[in-house]
Amino acid sequence: MKVTIAGNTKDIAENTTVAQLVVDEKVDNPEYVTVTINDEFVEHHDFENVVLKENDVVEFLYFMGGGRF
Amino acid sequence: MIQLSKADYEKIIVHAKEHLPEEACGLIAGTKEGDVKKIEKVYLLTNIDHTNEHFSMDPKEQLAAVKDMRANGYTPLGNWHSHPESPARPSEEDKRLAYDPTVNYLILSLMNPEEPVIKAFDIDKDRNVTVEEISII
Repeated sequence: MKVTIAGNTKDIAENTTVAQLVVDEKVDNPEYVTVTINDEFVEHHDFENVVLKENDVVEFLYFMGGGRF
Repeated sequence: MIQLSKADYEKIIVHAKEHLPEEACGLIAGTKEGDVKKIEKVYLLTNIDHTNEHFSMDPKEQLAAVKDMRANGYTPLGNWHSHPESPARPSEEDKRLAYDPTVNYLILSLMNPEEPVIKAFDIDKDRNVTVEEISII
């Protein structure tokens, strides 16, 4: 099935979870990546449960932060 | 080398000063040609930590910025944040949280608000920091 990942249309297997997609897309430091599907934020604890659907639009956003020390 | 327009530099300074004493932050996007990275757009984001010691970008604003970059054909070039009370160099936490070695990290020091200092850095996966020349034109 087709989904859009970071602006690129790709074919992925049916029943792919967010957790599997993170692995398939070789996302570095996935613990610091926020995932959105169709502009909805997916909680990290739901990565294993949320299954992608045809035409979903997925974004990976790296946490961006820092500190003084 | 990074090219930043004077107008965008002023935009960063104004935003950072408006949010003192908190750290301010945002994203940069533009074009890459060889070693020259030209910043075409500066995004001003909310520091959801709202402190002078940390910053975390608002993920919803981050998503909107990423979509805007794509719509405009810009390449994500990195991020910027301010140091209200410390020099323009990455702190240990800045280095630890620099997850993307392909982008630049700009830091604006407002230790002396009348004489802001901005510097650009590369931070690799081993947290080695390299200063990158930034040209304000």
